[in-house]
Amino acid sequence: MALSRQIFDTVIVGGGGSGLRAALQLAEAGHHVAVFSKVFPTRSHTVAAQGGIGASLGNMQEDHWLWHMYDTIKGSDYLGDQDAIEFMCRKAAEVVYELEHFGMPFDRNPDGTIYQRPFGGHSQNFGERPVQRACAAADRTGHAMLHTLYQRNVRAHCQFFVEWMALDLIRDYEGVVVGIVALEMETGQVVIFQAKSTILATGGAGRIYHSSTNAFINTGDGLGMAARAGVPLEDMEFWQFHPTGVAGAGVLITEGVRGEGGILLNSEGERFMERYAPTMKDLASRDVVSRGIDQEIKEGRGVGPEKDHVLLKLDHLGAEVINKRLPGIREIALKFANVDPIREPIPVVPTCHYQMGGIPTNYYGQVVAPRGALGTSEVIPGLYAIGECACVSVHGANRLGTNSLLDLLVFGKSAGDHLCEWLKTNPQHRDLPHDAADRSMERLSRLDGAQSGENITEVAQAMRRTVQHHAGVFRTGTLLREGVEKIREVAKRARNTAIKDKSRVFNTARIEALELENLVIVAEATLVAAEARTESRGAQAREDFKDRDDKNWLKHSLWYMEGSRLDYKPVNLQPLTVESFEPKVRVY
Amino acid sequence: MKFSIYRYNPEKDDKPYMQDYEVELQHGDRMLLDAILRIKAMDDSLGLRKSCREGVCGSDGMNINGRNGLACITPLKDLKEPVILRPLPGLPVIRDLIVDMSQFFKQYHSIKPYLVNDNPPPQKERLQSPEDREELNGLYECVLCACCSTSCPSFWWNPDKFVGPAALLQAYRFIADTRDDATSERLDNLEDPYRLFRCHTIMNCADVCPKGLNPTEAIGKIKEQMVKRMV
Ligand SMILES: Cc1cc2nc3c(=O)[nH]c(=O)nc-3n(C[C@H](O)[C@H](O)[C@H](O)COP(=O)(O)OP(=O)(O)OC[C@H]3O[C@@H](n4cnc5c(N)ncnc54)[C@H](O)[C@@H]3O)c2cc1C
Ligand code: SF4
Ligand code: SF4
Ligand code: FES
Repeated sequence: MALSRQIFDTVIVGGGGSGLRAALQLAEAGHHVAVFSKVFPTRSHTVAAQGGIGASLGNMQEDHWLWHMYDTIKGSDYLGDQDAIEFMCRKAAEVVYELEHFGMPFDRNPDGTIYQRPFGGHSQNFGERPVQRACAAADRTGHAMLHTLYQRNVRAHCQFFVEWMALDLIRDYEGVVVGIVALEMETGQVVIFQAKSTILATGGAGRIYHSSTNAFINTGDGLGMAARAGVPLEDMEFWQFHPTGVAGAGVLITEGVRGEGGILLNSEGERFMERYAPTMKDLASRDVVSRGIDQEIKEGRGVGPEKDHVLLKLDHLGAEVINKRLPGIREIALKFANVDPIREPIPVVPTCHYQMGGIPTNYYGQVVAPRGALGTSEVIPGLYAIGECACVSVHGANRLGTNSLLDLLVFGKSAGDHLCEWLKTNPQHRDLPHDAADRSMERLSRLDGAQSGENITEVAQAMRRTVQHHAGVFRTGTLLREGVEKIREVAKRARNTAIKDKSRVFNTARIEALELENLVIVAEATLVAAEARTESRGAQAREDFKDRDDKNWLKHSLWYMEGSRLDYKPVNLQPLTVESFEPKVRVY
Repeated sequence: MKFSIYRYNPEKDDKPYMQDYEVELQHGDRMLLDAILRIKAMDDSLGLRKSCREGVCGSDGMNINGRNGLACITPLKDLKEPVILRPLPGLPVIRDLIVDMSQFFKQYHSIKPYLVNDNPPPQKERLQSPEDREELNGLYECVLCACCSTSCPSFWWNPDKFVGPAALLQAYRFIADTRDDATSERLDNLEDPYRLFRCHTIMNCADVCPKGLNPTEAIGKIKEQMVKRMV
């Protein structure tokens, strides 16, 4: 069947913060660019970010990009690439000022400058004291930023394909990426988009976990597209958890609750954090607290019919303190946990929050992968990746708060700029291979043809439970090995799904089935990479290998879908202009 | 829990109909969206939009027992049974609870929803006082869910000519921004018997906004500015 075809200079898959920032750079330079999104762009999950954007503007106290760089490297547990980190921290002020010029409604200081608030891990003078570095618009920074970027794209007459789902990349016989195949949800039609270059900006895949702060649409489509096209996924074992998301809902409960004196309890009513962190107890660092909670659940002291969460008790603070200091939390608890914290504890669980790994890129956003046995990284021509779906890697094994929104701006812009140059020297479109849409059409026709098979909801649930249980906060070799087995079972089931609804018009069941295929790829990469990494670093905490092992593991993992094979590449410890920050023991 | 949901699939149905569902809620189901997803697990053909599930993305606006709202932040315990769900009124239905929002976004785009300031920007940020910044509160938080515009009778009758409360709220968001230089063009753009003046201050919009915003008040302030510049 001949599919219709459209031609652009660049197609961008993703209308979140990173995709919109790149689109703007290209559209304002007059390039013919198309942005695809599964949802209207301002509904992308960047909209949910709250805290702020990190940049050493120095509006509150003295600050310096080099200090920001140090904090980011230390936060990454030394797995971040220092060239990319220097690049990001140096560019931070510039991209934040630009965002302000675009109309971002930042909060202001009395002197009219952008207000900045303190955030975990950000310090003055290489860890000496906290610094206020997070540029904020109330607790709605992501919303303000996403709308501002969309608005600026409207001004630049950027072309949007809203409620289109990209299915697969098209690579020609030489491996060059020459476009995408995409599905229009409203009509069900499939179209080939031929492009000189393609940018993946599809966001995180936090939906592989049962408990997640991520939106329904965060299904790792870009990762699935890349993996199916033979591109490896980097550092997929590293997922950031927040200790206190509302159980079952995933909405965040701030650390401030424990700051005010709230405590965590298990099913026996025990204040278990005293055992894990005798001094700091409930106010230990996030990874320690998340690990404590997870251990209680694994040992059967979880709460609820499925024994899958713990309780955050704060009624002892009294109504006055709660209403005065934590009114927003009370509202969330009432809304999403159906409990009034003045009388009852809030059910909480460590909640998957952010994907540090992703599609490997350099700091221009170009996708790079090792070629040949020597493992030298080479650019995959025509393909870029930015934002949470990419691994550049600035976050390494653990992201610092506020560095993601910054990453979207810096690398979105950088990819746009690089492409503007690249397009000058690559004026021609390459031919499409004749099997351009085959992979996508096979996936769709399997779904259309399946009269019976696995139920999407059930397979998705099995996947989320497996990842939550086996690749949670706290890992062991046995758990991970079992997890790998189980996820391979789930993957088999995911290849055998069936949907009852076969209609073409806005078939959300079909979309969810396609998303599930991507999620399962990400889940398998996560479990396999985590099982292989026999050390604890950043977000990967192994009970059987409690220490960081720089001798053997100061390297990035690369997972290939074909054969579910792992490879590794070195961490780049060489910054662009300054001296390297050598790995040290990490104490805060 | 009992539901009665508007169903329409243009490929199969001559006309829309209401379908009854009964669903057993489970531990942890609190919001309307949770219940709808249980229904969808039984009947995968039910169409709706959803994303953030915490009231910030604006995807799941629908008419719930006669009132527009976001399903993900509408508590089940407040709803009378059977819960009657319909698509947002006044916009063409694509399928089930999914409406065609083109007209809504066209109006949003028509107010030039971006900062206009042609002076070369300074090296750092443009300065703005905290008081001037406060003027944007209650305006910039809009999630473009269309709950307001689709409960406005004036928008139902003239969706192509009347800008509607959501887009007017955004028009005022830029008029109110001290960094924006285009106030008079923005007012010109609205000076028309329909675009702004079809609002008869019926207040449905402010009443229904799930984010607690008040388009009526913003519309009032635009009208004030128009009067001011006439004298
Ligand atoms: C609750 C919460 C709070 C946060 N707070 C902060 C914070 O304060 N500071 C900070 O720095 N970071 C924060 N983060 C992290 C940060 O918000 C995200 O990492 C970032 O917004 C991701 O942006 P993105 O552009 O990569 O992707 P997204 O914003 O997720 O956008 C992805 C886009 O890709 C599109 N897409 C996906 N798949 C397809 C497909 N197949 N076809 C077409 N389109 C597709 C989607 O429609 C969407 O437009 C927070 C995250 C969460 C969840
Ligand atoms: S106040 Fe104006 S905009 Fe709001 S509902 Fe009434 S007529 Fe519509
Ligand atoms: S003003 Fe309120 S109801 Fe109207 S679109 Fe914005 S958030 Fe929705
Ligand atoms: S799903 Fe985002 S507002 Fe309801």
